[in-house]
Order: sequence, then structure tokens, then C-alpha cells
Amino acid sequence: MIEEFPGYKGTALQALKKAGAEIGDIIRIVKNGITYEGLLIPRSEYGDDKHIVIKLKSGYNVGIRITSTTSIEKVGAGVKPAFVPPPLPKQKPDLPKVAIISTGGTIASRVDYRTGGVRPALSASDLYSVVPELSEIAIIDAEILFSIFSEDMTPKHWPEIAKAVAKHIENGASGVVVAHGTDTMAYTSAALSFALQSLPVPVILVGSQRSADRPSSDAATNLTGAVAAAARAPFAEVVLAMHGTISDKSIVFHRGTKVRKCHTSRRDAFKSVNAKPLAEMENEKITMLTEDYRRRNHARKLILKPNFEDKVALVKFHPGLNPKIIEWYVHEGYKGIIIEGSGLGHVGKYCLPPIREAIESNVVVAMTSQCIWGRVNMKVYDSGRDLLEIGVIPLEDMLPETALAKLMWIFGQTKNVEEAKKLLLTNIAYEISPRTTAESGAE
Amino acid sequence: MIIMSIDYSRIGLKAGLEIHQQLNTAAKLFCSCKPELFKEQPEITFLRRLRPTQSELGQIDPAAFFEFRKGVKILYEASGETACLVEMDEEPPHDLNREAVEIALTVALMIDAKPLDEIHVMRKTVIDGSNTTGFQRTCVVALNGEIDVEGKRIPIQHIGVEEDAARKMGEEGTIIKYRIDRLGIPLIEIATAPVIYSPQEAEKAALAIGRILRATRRVKRGLGTIRQDINISIRDGALTEIKGVQELELVSKVVEYEVQRQLSLLKIRDALNKIGAQKEDVKDEIVDVTSIFSQTGCRVIKEAMKQNKRVWAVKLSKFSGLLKTELMPGVRLGKELADIAHFWGRVGGIFHTDELPAYGISAEEIDQLKRFMKAEHQDAVVFVADTEENATDALKAVTQRAREAIEGVPEETRAANPDGTTRYMRPRPGAARMYPETDVPPIQITEEYLSGLRARLPEMPEEKMKRLMKQYGLNAKLAKQVIDSEYADLFEAAAKETKVSPTVIAAALTETMKALRREGFETEMITDEQIREMFRLIDSGETAKEAIPNILSWLAQHERATVKEAVKNLGLAMISLEELETIINNVIEENKSLIQKKGSGAFGTFMGLIMEKVRGKAEAHMVSEVLKRKLKKLLSKCNAK
Repeated sequence: MIEEFPGYKGTALQALKKAGAEIGDIIRIVKNGITYEGLLIPRSEYGDDKHIVIKLKSGYNVGIRITSTTSIEKVGAGVKPAFVPPPLPKQKPDLPKVAIISTGGTIASRVDYRTGGVRPALSASDLYSVVPELSEIAIIDAEILFSIFSEDMTPKHWPEIAKAVAKHIENGASGVVVAHGTDTMAYTSAALSFALQSLPVPVILVGSQRSADRPSSDAATNLTGAVAAAARAPFAEVVLAMHGTISDKSIVFHRGTKVRKCHTSRRDAFKSVNAKPLAEMENEKITMLTEDYRRRNHARKLILKPNFEDKVALVKFHPGLNPKIIEWYVHEGYKGIIIEGSGLGHVGKYCLPPIREAIESNVVVAMTSQCIWGRVNMKVYDSGRDLLEIGVIPLEDMLPETALAKLMWIFGQTKNVEEAKKLLLTNIAYEISPRTTAESGAE
Repeated sequence: MIIMSIDYSRIGLKAGLEIHQQLNTAAKLFCSCKPELFKEQPEITFLRRLRPTQSELGQIDPAAFFEFRKGVKILYEASGETACLVEMDEEPPHDLNREAVEIALTVALMIDAKPLDEIHVMRKTVIDGSNTTGFQRTCVVALNGEIDVEGKRIPIQHIGVEEDAARKMGEEGTIIKYRIDRLGIPLIEIATAPVIYSPQEAEKAALAIGRILRATRRVKRGLGTIRQDINISIRDGALTEIKGVQELELVSKVVEYEVQRQLSLLKIRDALNKIGAQKEDVKDEIVDVTSIFSQTGCRVIKEAMKQNKRVWAVKLSKFSGLLKTELMPGVRLGKELADIAHFWGRVGGIFHTDELPAYGISAEEIDQLKRFMKAEHQDAVVFVADTEENATDALKAVTQRAREAIEGVPEETRAANPDGTTRYMRPRPGAARMYPETDVPPIQITEEYLSGLRARLPEMPEEKMKRLMKQYGLNAKLAKQVIDSEYADLFEAAAKETKVSPTVIAAALTETMKALRREGFETEMITDEQIREMFRLIDSGETAKEAIPNILSWLAQHERATVKEAVKNLGLAMISLEELETIINNVIEENKSLIQKKGSGAFGTFMGLIMEKVRGKAEAHMVSEVLKRKLKKLLSKCNAK
């Protein structure tokens, strides 16, 4: 694949090169006596090497198979449309300042109808022009930190995000929005909840479940909700802002340590688990759903603890799990293992010996449940009691993903295993709730 | 309205058709939902907003952005059976339905169009709420076919497959209701070149395309399953796109009315130019005139003022008298302005001085208003009672439209009414906003696949017509009607399984059905099975063919009833020979004098009298046989005396 001809290879690429045509040029293809004329369009990387895609005058794309008798001719050079941004909305100087940090995923974009390309809108002026309502809410300071898919996000990226957030807070932002792809957004929200302590203002992670190029996208609604909360919500915690239902009605703010992506595609994919959401916004009004939260206080001094240790694993127990996997982690020098056990926090007997060995080798092993909703309790059955006896730490109602991020963060702060164990059970960012009410149960 | 006899070629009429027909597939175009509508209350509702996407050029569709700015929200209604997360735009589309593509390719091959090697699904931006995504998924499958319309070749530029849109259920304030059962039902789209030069030709072309579609035997039938869009222009006029003509029979009327409309608008332009109307003189000076109406007898204005709304007016310089010019039957220029005001300002209606005094507004109020607006006798005043925002949007749209009237005919998209007239729908969208549907991979069409399709193409309409005439003894007119009806298959099934005369079956399915529809019966309620049962009962002598219209109209009113129930409830069961003889005896007895007067010549009169009593309950030939026998007996008795 060559950059000037995205997606084209083999026969099709040769034919295009021979014709001297570039993407966006008008080309004429004659095949079996039929003439097709249109703009040369990039081809999907997963397409074969035998078709050329053109955009007909009617606007439709069609693929023409190239055979030995097909002739291709360039009949006109492409005219690259010059982007004329619409006039920017007038900035209101007395509004709060909000920083938006982009990490990837497109929270706003515009479409190139000529080639079908979708370009992300990342700069402040881009964001204003695509979502003009933002200028009514805050003065935006936009920063592009990464441009990666959320599945490519690793614990190595978390310190960068935490430091960027801290910098904006120190510069006087009334709140910080982190735009993030949704797949691993809940891991990042948990990680930031530990890395950014004693927050004076809110930090809001936001994403979208339907791409920003479509008129029905949830992106703009989520973004305006996130910016509004960053500008004026009464809380000062790390939260994740997304749709509350499948309607474009309410934006829900989930606590960073208590949220999980529970649906592959719906707008309301994110749910607070073992907790109620922290707050909700409808018709621009933010309502707190609990009294127990950290209040916004611009005088409070942020404590930044941005380091993470990536040698911590999350292991899901399943029938027939090969216990050697645990041995492998120990052998590789992992410092902690979070187990996603069955039910109340169990694994098969055949996993006990390597777990015991791991603990004896100073690896911290802790238990969460793959049930997602509920609390582990390892005192009810023998298999749980056995695990407790060999030193597995039960993590109450902590989410497995949160437990992973927390243990990674802990080993970023200390090398001391005993201190790590103590920290693991210390409630730092509302990750453990001492009581589970019926309201915070599964839906 | 003066009936104009128009020479369409002289005025440069050019029309093109775009026919959309629902395909009878097992599932929707991009998911496995049932492609059916529901009548019950919705099980699921959700509220959305659609935000116009900015293009790379920094442009957004002005009408779309306007609706967004007005805070228009869409309330979608769904049922679990007919919609899943795909229609709700809560899940990416599944693969393109191959059955639908196959039907479209079959049509393409029937009209000698050239299938494309690789089909790419596109997103066509549609932001009125009729698509939950904000775009319609559409693809072209073949290009450059042609059809024959009475010897003229009409090029078919485009054959495509696309998803049908959601059904609009109503509007309340800024909330528009749509039902998403129809969303995603596969449609075939067939577009002709704009080479149609008369209303009749448009209708014939639409009929010819309809015949080909039905020949595939894989399209849906019934009202609402086929929709025609028509592009019409005349010389000096403008391109108008008319959407949603639901019946083929309306096509020529729609074209006629649109030509009338454009000609009338040109006359208005000429009249305005003659009296020196200038675009600059029609100003956006919107004035609060509430005080004039403080004591008004107009109920609409009183009601509005109660809700703290005010009366706002604007002057249309030199428009006096023109607002009552009729553009098409029942549609005056004033009505056009009202439709436009409704679209842009969401106002219920407007008042204009050409239609006043009326509606409880007095001549005195009009005088005051004209004085207040400094309107000369040549000027018209338009006013509306609403909020300042709505009234301003509405009246600005009115002045804009008035300025366009000075220039002639504006380009616009109009919606068809059931009587063939049209109404303003929206401005014509800018250049097609299409971009690739990246969630659906393109599909490749191989030569082997196409030759397979070619080998089993359905019978072409002309061949089928010839065969129907030969095989079933239908005359040409009936055979053609069968082809043009939705019942060709049903006709053949009934003709094969019963001994009822094919001509009777054909007439029932075409002329009788058409007559019933005209009388307002919902014939689409009658199932194929009911119709076949009816012919079986006629075949077995349990009811008579004369009862067909009654049975069908009863079935149309009684969903899920059986034909036997119809026969029973209508008292149409056949009477026994004994009962028939008694009836005949009685009739003869009551009219004895007839025999004495006319002798055997009384047969016809008797036949009429008896059939009146037994129509649908006895076969006419039976009646005739018994009557003949009895008359013969009686006459021979008389003669013997």
C-alpha cells in the first residue's frame, strides 16, 4: 500500500499509476463498452486488489473490477476543497475556563463528502465550530495529548494523562475534560481516580458510542454535558460522563472507580456498578444523586501521584483454567495478580498450588468477582476459606478493572508488599463501599 | 379555475421519475427484523436530536441547521418485533441483505441495465428525523437500463437498493413523532432520465416500471408500498422535486398540477413586473400590531393573546390581490405562504389582507392595520399571532418567498397530497451529501452469479400477458388489467384450483377490487387465502359469482373472518332448488297478468323480477332453466284451454 493511494495495491494500483491518476482526480474507466466516470476514491485496506472505487456524479461510490481490457484515463485533476471554517462564536470572557484533553477517539468531527474521509475536530476553534454551544458554557483550552484508539491505551499512557490534567488545574482551569475512546475508558477513569488525589475541581472523562460524523451521534451531547460539569458541577472527583438512557435526554456522571462498560454499542453502555451514579444532568441542570462526595474547592491543593507499575495482571477464572498461567506471571516477575473469581470469589481447587506459590514468592494476590454486581465473600464455602488461608485478599465490592488499576498504581507508589496489601484495602477514591443497597444492584 | 389546454412540448416540460418500491424480503435491509408495520401502541419510545454534521467545506445544510436550532426533537416509537437496536441506531448495521440485492439485480437484468462489479453502501444525509441515524443507507446496484413505453425508449439511469424511512406519526410543538417499524424495509429505487415530456407519458412510464417490478413477484403490495418521486421543470420555471406520490394513477395529475402551478407563478411574476414590483421593496420590517386587535372578534387571535402571544405583521409591497391567485385547484399563493410560514416558524397559520375581512376580523381592523403598516392599496399585509421568535421566523420566510415570486419560480421540494396537488415541504437540499457507510463492507457481484440470475429471469410482462390470454382465454383488456393489478399470481392460483371462469376471476380481482377501493373499502385487508376460499366456494356451488362484490366488501370490513362467515352473514348462501321453485311460483302467481299479456315474451321481465330476489343466492342459469320450464308448462296449459 502506498500513501498516495490509500487502500490500493496489486493490479488496481498498477492501473492507477499507469493512468497517472491520484485520489480526488476525475477518471474515466471504459470496460466492455461501458463508460464510468467519477472521482477516484480511497479504497478500504481490507478490499481486494482488483477493484477501483469511484464516486459518480450522483454521489454514489461504485467499485469497478479491473481486467486486461479495462482502460483508465485521467480526465480532470482533483480540486481539493478549501476548508472555510464558519465564523467562530463570540467568546464570553466571564465564563469559566475548561481544558479539553484529547487522547484519541473522535468526540467531534467533520466529513469530507468528496472522498468520504472523516476528520476529527481537535483544536479549540475546531470544537467551537462543530459544537458552537460550547462557547456558551466555557472558555475552552484544547490540547491533543495522544491520537490512539482506546484499546491501544496502556498503563504507560496513564501518567501522561494525569500530568496533563494536573497542569491544566494548576493553570486555573475550573475543570478538565478528557476525551477518550470508550473501550478502555473505565480503566483510565479508575487509574486517574488514584493518580489525582485531593482534587479541587472535577475531571470528566467523556466518549461517544456512535461516531461523531453522524447526525445522531451522542458525541456532542456528551461533550457539552462534560464541559458543563467541568465548568460548574459542585463535585471535585474523577467521573465518566455518558448518556443515561438511549434517549438524548440525560447525561450521567459515574464515579471513576465504580463504572463499567456494560454494552458493546448502546449509548447508555456505561453503568455505575455497586453504586449509584454521582450526578445527573438534564435540561442543563446538574443534580447530585448522593450527599457523600468531595466538594469543589478551588483553594484545595491537588496531590499528583502519577506512577503506575505495569507488572500486575488480571486473571479471569473459568472452568478448566490452566494453572500454569499463574506460574508464568510469577516467573515473569509480576508483582500482583487480581483474580476475577467465580461467584463469591472462588477458583477451582486445581488452581490453589500455584496461587500459594505466588503468594510465597511475595506476589500480591487479590480476589474480585466476575459476577460484576455484588461483593466477594470467601467465608461461605470451603474453596473461599482455602483461598483466604493461603493469603488471597478479598476485595469487597471493588470492580476487577478498578482493582487492576489500583494495584498497578499502588506498586507505582511503593515496593513494600505489606504496605501494598494495606493500601489495597484502604478506601482511596470510593472504590470500596462498606454497604451495598438494593438500589445499587444489577439492573 | 380556467381549464387550460396546455401544449406541453411548447412550454418545455421535462420530467423524470424516481420509483421506490418495497421488496418482499424475509428480513429488513440491515438486520433480521420483520419488515412489517404495527398498529398497536408502541412498546418502546425514545427521544433524540439530530445535529447537522459539518462538511469538510465548513458547510451545513441550512434547513437542517435551522430545525436543529429550533430545538426540534424526535420521539421514536417502536415495537419489539419490528425493530431492534439497529433501527434504534444503538448497534451498527449487519451485512447488506443479499435477497434484496438479488431482487434489484433481477430487475436490472430485466431492463438490460449493467450491474456494478462492487456495490458500496452510502450514507445519504437526511436530517428530518425519518432516519434515526440522520442518514439513509443507500447503494446503486446497476446503471443504464431502458424501458419501452409505447415504442419510446426511456433510459433508466439508476437502479438502487435503500432502506425505507420511519413513518411520521404527527407533530406536537417542537416534537416530531416517527414510528421506526418501516425504517429499514428494503426498497428498490429506479430512476428514469428526465426525458418525459407529458403527464400521460409520465404515467405510462410509471406503469411500465410497476409492471416490471411486479413481474419479479417479489415486491410488497398495497397502499404505501410504492412511492413515486417526480422531478418536474418547465422552461423559465424551476426544478421541483415532488415526493411521495402513492398511486400510479396520480402521476399524470401531479405533473399537470405542477405545470399549472409553475405557469401561474410565472403569470404572477409578469403581473408583479408590470406594476414595477422590486425585490428591495419587500422588506423584513416586522411590526408588533397587537394593539389594533385588542378588541378583536377573531377567536384565533384572542386565544393567542390569552397565551401572551402577540400579533406581528409585515407588508408585502405591490402584492395586493395576488395572494388569492390560484396556483392549483384549492391552492392559492396565500396558502403557499402559510405552508412556508409553518415550516420555518412552526406557526399554525397566517392571515393576509387578500382574504379579509373574515375569521371575525373586521373591515375596520383591516383599515387600521393598513394605515399602521403604511400599506397603499397595491400592497398586501401578512400577519400572524405567535411568539416573537416564531412570528419573526415565519414572516421572514414569507417575505423571502414574496421576493422569490418577483423573480419567478423557486426550486423546492414538495410533498404530494392524495388528490394530486402538492404542498411546500422544504427547500431543495444542496449538493448530495453522501459518504461511505464504513460499517457495511462492499459486496462483489461475480459474472457467474449474474449468469445464474439471467438463467432464471421472471417472465416479462408482455410475455405474461400473451400467455394469460392464451392459457386462460382472457381478452386483452382483462389480461392487461391483471398484469397491472397486484393479483396476477392470485389470479393464476384461483384459476388453476377451481373451475370458475378465469374471466370471472380476473374481473373480480381487477374491476371489482378497483370499484370497491373507489367506494372507500380497504381491500388490502382481504388476504389471498380469503380470495381463494371465495372462489372455491363458488366452484362448489355454496355461493354464487354474483355475490363476489358483497363478499369482498364484507371481508374488507371484517379482519380475519372466513368467507363462509361472510356468506352466512350476508345471507348469500345458495338456496335449494325447492326454495327457488317456491320463489319462482310466487313471482309468477303475483304477476299472472303478464303471461296473459305477453305470452312467452314475459320471460325477460320475470327473470328480472326473480333475480332481484335471489341474486347471489342462485345461479342465473338455474333460475332461467326453472323459469323456462314453468312458463312452458303454464303456456301449454293456457293453449290447451
